Amino acid sequence: MKILVAVKRVVDYAVKIRVKPDKTGVDTQNVKMSMNPFCEIALEEALRIKEAGFAKEVVAVSIGPSQCVDTLRTGLAMGADRAIHVEASSSFLPLSIAKILKSLADVENPGLIFLGKQAIDDDCNQTGQMVAALLGWPQATFASKVVLDKDKKFATVDREVDGGLETLSIDLPAVITTDLRLNQPRYATLPNIMKAKSKPIKKMTLEDLKVDIKSDIEIVEVTEPPKRKSGVIVSSVDELIDKLKNEAHVV
Amino acid sequence: MMIHSWRRSGDFIRSACKSLSSFRQKHNSMSPSVSDLGFVNRYESKGKTFESNAGKGRNTELLDHHHHHHHPCLGGRNMWTMQQYKSFGSSSASKVQRNPLFSSLEPKDVSYFKEILGEKHVVEDEERLETANTDWMHKYRGSSKLMLLPKNTEEVSQILKYCDSRSLAVVPQGGNTGLVGGSVPVFDEVIINVGLMNKVLSFDEVSGVLVCEAGCILENLAAFLDTKGFVMPLDLGAKGSCHIGGNVSTNAGGLRLIRYGSLHGTVLGLEAVTANGNVLDMLGTLRKDNTGYDLKHLFIGSEGSLGIVTKVSILTQPKMSSVNLAFIACKDFLSCQKLLVEAKRNLGEILSAFEFLDNNSMDLVLNHLDGVRNPVSSSENFYILIETTGSGETYDREKLEAFLLKSLEQGLVSDGVIAQDINQASSFWRIREGITEALQKAGACYKYDLSLPVEEIYNIVNDLRGRLDGLANVMGYGHLGDGNLHLNISAAEYNDKLLGLIEPYVYEWTSKHRGSISAEHGLGVMKANEIFYSKSPETVALMVSLKKLLDPKGILNPYKVLPHSFFSP
Repeated sequence: MKILVAVKRVVDYAVKIRVKPDKTGVDTQNVKMSMNPFCEIALEEALRIKEAGFAKEVVAVSIGPSQCVDTLRTGLAMGADRAIHVEASSSFLPLSIAKILKSLADVENPGLIFLGKQAIDDDCNQTGQMVAALLGWPQATFASKVVLDKDKKFATVDREVDGGLETLSIDLPAVITTDLRLNQPRYATLPNIMKAKSKPIKKMTLEDLKVDIKSDIEIVEVTEPPKRKSGVIVSSVDELIDKLKNEAHVV
Repeated sequence: MMIHSWRRSGDFIRSACKSLSSFRQKHNSMSPSVSDLGFVNRYESKGKTFESNAGKGRNTELLDHHHHHHHPCLGGRNMWTMQQYKSFGSSSASKVQRNPLFSSLEPKDVSYFKEILGEKHVVEDEERLETANTDWMHKYRGSSKLMLLPKNTEEVSQILKYCDSRSLAVVPQGGNTGLVGGSVPVFDEVIINVGLMNKVLSFDEVSGVLVCEAGCILENLAAFLDTKGFVMPLDLGAKGSCHIGGNVSTNAGGLRLIRYGSLHGTVLGLEAVTANGNVLDMLGTLRKDNTGYDLKHLFIGSEGSLGIVTKVSILTQPKMSSVNLAFIACKDFLSCQKLLVEAKRNLGEILSAFEFLDNNSMDLVLNHLDGVRNPVSSSENFYILIETTGSGETYDREKLEAFLLKSLEQGLVSDGVIAQDINQASSFWRIREGITEALQKAGACYKYDLSLPVEEIYNIVNDLRGRLDGLANVMGYGHLGDGNLHLNISAAEYNDKLLGLIEPYVYEWTSKHRGSISAEHGLGVMKANEIFYSKSPETVALMVSLKKLLDPKGILNPYKVLPHSFFSP
């Protein structure tokens, strides 16, 4: 079985985001970019399944500008066998990405597609679901535990839902999106970084995949959240109650 | 006398120490027998840091922790001083006595301070004094009844002028993150905390020169500079609490010294107030200024014993966008040394940190801190952090990878990982920076901060380990790139037998190998009497003269830096 893992290059989780002055998006000039943390977890899970003997190959795929190769190198250094870079100059919204991944799935025929449940830059949480719908495959989102059966016919997936866990059994091939507590991703070790240098990264274009991208969504404006106003220290309980009543109108 | 006679005989050192302590009791004159000892001039100390990883909140936690974990040294008010001073010469215990020349605080003093500072900035509250009287390790405790919070240089000057006229001893205090008891009173010294002097005065985006008040917290300065695209030339674990004034006064070193050099290079100017209230304006912003003696250096690293630093002008560096961090395992110390040499040769222009820790330190961190894992799969004898900082992401990364892969092939490195994102990098740093915190949690800890030739650095750890023979856990870590070892001995509790085995052995060992017994932590109260292990009597004599010139009554941070016997009647 082959596992396809989609990995997205995003502004590093630890970087303080700055909105561009013209409000068209987030400033990414001279900003540290890394693999989306949820995608890292997706890749880790795929690698563990392979190491447990349930898969033969893990293929990492990233869609975007040429620097996505760095993200794929990270994936290869973690242990993916090969990588596919779908070149695209602009960044796409989930439906376009889902269409590309669907075309890739048609070519690669994976038994499982892993994605992070969402990307930390746009927080869309849509791509996995759309890929499953386009392929007509079953899906299990927000996975916190994944177990494959011996014959690789189905997967048992725990999902974290409000108030507890939901356990699903889905037939393969399927799409699984990963949540934070599924695993702790491994580090890229020197021997694996060395091995990664000889692993292939295949370049593909939208034409190769025969995907016609047209965006139905226009970003009108990106703004920063309002700044928190500093608090005041009240001198008495009476003053507090007065403020709650007459200023905050909550009492 | 020759250096090799030092090397031959440990007993010689002990007898030398003995004659020194009797000499010190005879006070100020240089007795010929001492000058004959032939103390060699040591390497200049590289700076001092605070190894604390703790921000303010965490400090409190640690202190609380120690309240429950009864500290044997704190049993009686002055018991700890006895313990501290059993160090110079194993048999000659000498206790610090309060200098009787100092006055005691009187109500009229407090009224005067209230008059010049305002009620609010004269602190007599017991709880706040308790915190200010105690260092963050809870190892040193004074009994000051008063803390003053000046808002500007003029107030500092007025305070000192008054204290000098009244012979009231003072202790300057910043973030109180020191590790040698330098920032807390020994007895009842008035605490002058400059925390309210926390304004950035100017920043020049062309030259990168930052001018600010002494009470600015290092991390806040770093955050301010970040918005301008610059970085502070120093970074250390205590950045969330420590003040720039304290950093300068103690010549703090830290993690980036290998890249940006010591504060003696990066501090371009400062303003300091001497004991009599004189304000010395040396707040230049020039890289080059050869007009006369460069006196600012007297206030860098003199631990507040010559004056209180009130303003600082410091050269900051443009922030580089590409930072890479590798966590490396090495099987022996020789490999670590070779790796350092190779790293300087191959990564020179982008190398920004080269830190090491031994396996004992790693185990301690893994056992005592939550959420920490060993980045490499199997345990090794040594671990190294190599950080690069540069301007070209792809170039820097390829350079670091190529260097490490070559080192792996050559066998210098047995395993390693490279951080793929900032989160991973933080978790690697957490191991190195978390050692101090883990040591606190592990129980009692004897800390030594030594400069040694790099090839000797781990020999002292091994020798001491052999000497203690399982009585305590001996750990070595530190700034390998700067030849700075943090030697720590962790035990269930403090005890005299253990201390007797450690001191003066560690100091003698260091002296024998021409090292410094105070690399970046300062001498404080902990090592004031041990200065002769690293400085000749002639040098110390000049220091004493300078101290007496600038502070004739000795009111500034007494009992610290220089042996206190020079100043008591």
